[in-house]
Amino acid sequence: MSNEDFKPVLLARQGKPNSHTLETYKADGGYQALAKALAMKNTEVIDVVKASGLRGRGGAGFPTGLKWTFLPKDVSGPIYLCINGDESEPGTFNNRVLIEQDPHQVLEGIVISSFATRTTTAYFYLRYEYGRCYRVLKDAIDEMYANNLLGKNILGSGYDLDVHLHRGACAYICGEETGLIESLEGKRAWPRIKPPFPAIEGAFRRPTVVNNVETMACIPHIINHGAEWFMSMGVPKDPNNPRDAGSYGPKLYCISGHVNKPGLVELPMGISARDLIDKHAGGVWKGRKAKAVVPGGISMGFMSEKELDTPLDFAGPGRVGCLGLGTAAVVVIDDHTSMVDVLYNACRFFAHESCGQCTPCREGTAWSTKILERIRDGRGKLSDIDLLLEISGSMGTIPGTTICGLADGAAWPMKNAIHKFRPEFEEYIKSGRRSESPALAGAH
Amino acid sequence: MSELSSNAKKVIEEHLGRYPSKQAVTLPALHVVQEEKGCVSRKAISEIADILELSPAQINDTLSFYGFFRTEEDPLGKKRVWICRSLPCMLRGGDELLAELCSRWNIQPGQTTADGEVTLELAECLGACDGAPCMLVDDELTLCVTADDVEKQVRGGA
Ligand SMILES: Cc1cc2nc3c(=O)[nH]c(=O)nc-3n(C[C@H](O)[C@H](O)[C@H](O)COP(=O)(O)O)c2cc1C
Ligand code: SF4
Ligand code: FES
Repeated sequence: MSNEDFKPVLLARQGKPNSHTLETYKADGGYQALAKALAMKNTEVIDVVKASGLRGRGGAGFPTGLKWTFLPKDVSGPIYLCINGDESEPGTFNNRVLIEQDPHQVLEGIVISSFATRTTTAYFYLRYEYGRCYRVLKDAIDEMYANNLLGKNILGSGYDLDVHLHRGACAYICGEETGLIESLEGKRAWPRIKPPFPAIEGAFRRPTVVNNVETMACIPHIINHGAEWFMSMGVPKDPNNPRDAGSYGPKLYCISGHVNKPGLVELPMGISARDLIDKHAGGVWKGRKAKAVVPGGISMGFMSEKELDTPLDFAGPGRVGCLGLGTAAVVVIDDHTSMVDVLYNACRFFAHESCGQCTPCREGTAWSTKILERIRDGRGKLSDIDLLLEISGSMGTIPGTTICGLADGAAWPMKNAIHKFRPEFEEYIKSGRRSESPALAGAH
Repeated sequence: MSELSSNAKKVIEEHLGRYPSKQAVTLPALHVVQEEKGCVSRKAISEIADILELSPAQINDTLSFYGFFRTEEDPLGKKRVWICRSLPCMLRGGDELLAELCSRWNIQPGQTTADGEVTLELAECLGACDGAPCMLVDDELTLCVTADDVEKQVRGGA
C-alpha cells in the first residue's frame, strides 16, 4: 500500500464532533471487535494478534502476541494487565492525542487484551500531567460500566473485568515497566532486576502484562480486519535476517522541533525521516536545513542530515547507529542550533530522571551533565570529548552495568552526538565561547 | 483533630477496594491530600500510614522519591505552573520562556510568588511537544505559550 492511498486507522475519528463519547464511537462501529473477540476462545485472540506481527509501540518493539504467551498456562489467582500511559519520552505525545480524542478505541483494546490474557483487573497507569486525559478516561469508563462493557458478565459473555485509573507523579522512570509496577504498588519507582519478568512475577507478585496505549489502540482493528490486513501495511521481515520480526501496521509519528507544522501523523511503518519532514510537517522552518534528527524520542540518539533517508521502521534507525525506533517521535534540529546545547539538554534530562539505583547511571548521567555545563561555560578541555564517550560506553544494559534501559537511552545521544558531530564539539571547546542559551543556576 | 478531610478519607477508602494491597493506595492518598492542602504535612503522613497499615517512614520514602509532593515547610501557591524545558520545547524557546517568567516574577524555579499565588516549576517533557513551548497549570496543558499568555492565564492580566 502506498502512503498516498493510506487512510488513517488509529486517527480515523480525530476531530469528529464528540469523538470521545460512547455514542459516537458505537455509531462508527465501535465495540464490534469486542463482541467478536468475546465469542472466540482467549487463545484464538492471542493467535490473531500474534499472526498480525504487531510489535509494542512503547519503545522496545516487543511482539505483543508473543509477550502474552509468556504468561503461565495454568495459574490459579489473578493475572494483571497494566496499561502504560506514562508517556514521558521527550518528543512523544501520541498517547495523549489517542486518549483525548478517542478514549473508547484504547479502552476497547484494553478489554479485548484483558480477555485474551485472562485478566480480570486492569490498571491504567497515567502520567499525572495528563489531567484532561484522566477526566476523559474517567467519563468513558463510567459510560462503559453503565452499558455492560465493563464490570460483571460483559455483553452477556460471562467475562468480568474492572479497569482502574492510577495517576503517576511526574517521574519518567515510571514508564519503565517494572518501575511502573513498583510505583503502582505504592513504592518508589525503582525498576526491578529481571528475571523474573513481569509475565511470571509482576504487579503484586502476580503474572502481569504491561502494554503501551498505542499498542492497545491497534487491537480492535486487528480483531475486526484480521492479521493479513494488518500485515498489508508496513515493512516486511528481512528474509536475510532471521531475527527481524518485521514492522507491520499503521504507526503514529510525532513530529516536533524545527519544522513548520509540528504534529501527529499516522502512516504505514517505514516512511523516511526526510519524507516525514518535507511531506507531512511542512519542511524545516525558516527555510533552513536540518542538522540532526531524533528518530524516536531522545533516548534513541541522532541521525545526521545525510542519514535522513533511513526508513523509520523498527530496523531502520539501528542501521545508522541509533538505538532504535523507540517511540517514533521525530525531533528536528536545524543547522543554526549548537549540538553542544542539544546534548547538554539531553544529558540534563537523564540526570534529572535517573532513579539513582545503579552507580554507572546515577554518576554517569550527573557527570556528563557537569562536563557539558563546563564546556558550555567556555571551560571545556578537548579531553572532555573522549571522557564523555567513555562514560557513555560504560553505562546501560547493553554493556550490562545497569538494571534498566534508561541508562542506554542516556548513553545513546552522547555516542551519536560525538561520533557524528565531533568537529563541532572540538571547535566549540577550542573557541572557548560560552553558550548563548540561558542556563539557570540550580535549574536541575 | 484529624488532618485528613472527610473527603480525603472517603477517597482513600474507595481506593482500598481497587488493589490487592493497601500500600498501593499511597499515591492516590498523597494526591488527594496535596490537591486539597497544597502540601502533605507530617501529620497527614502518619494518618495515611495508619489507614494503610504502614509505617510513616514507608509513606515518606515514596513521597520523597517523587519530586512532585511538597512538605509543610515548602507548600505550593494557589496555582502551580510548570514550564517545559526538554529538547523539543528548548528548540522553540522553552528556556527563554522560563528565564523570562523567573525575572518577571522575581523567583527561581521551585519558588512561589511573594503573594502566594503562583508556584513556578520547571518540567521535563510534558507530552505536548506539538505545541512547544508549553505549560501545565495544575494538571491542564496549554500549548504554544508566550510569557504574556502565561501571565494572562495565571495572574488574570497585568
Ligand atoms: C526508561 C524507560 C522509560 C519508558 N517509558 C515508557 C513509557 O512512557 N511508555 C511506554 O509505553 N513504555 C515505556 N517504556 C517501555 C516499557 O518498559 C515497556 O517496554 C512497554 O510499556 C511495553 O509495552 P509495549 O510492548 O506495548 O510497547 C520505557 C522504558 C524505559 C527503559
Ligand atoms: S539504569 Fe538508571 S534509571 Fe534504570 S534502574 Fe539503574 S539507576 Fe535507575
Ligand atoms: S518537550 Fe516540552 S512538551 Fe515535550
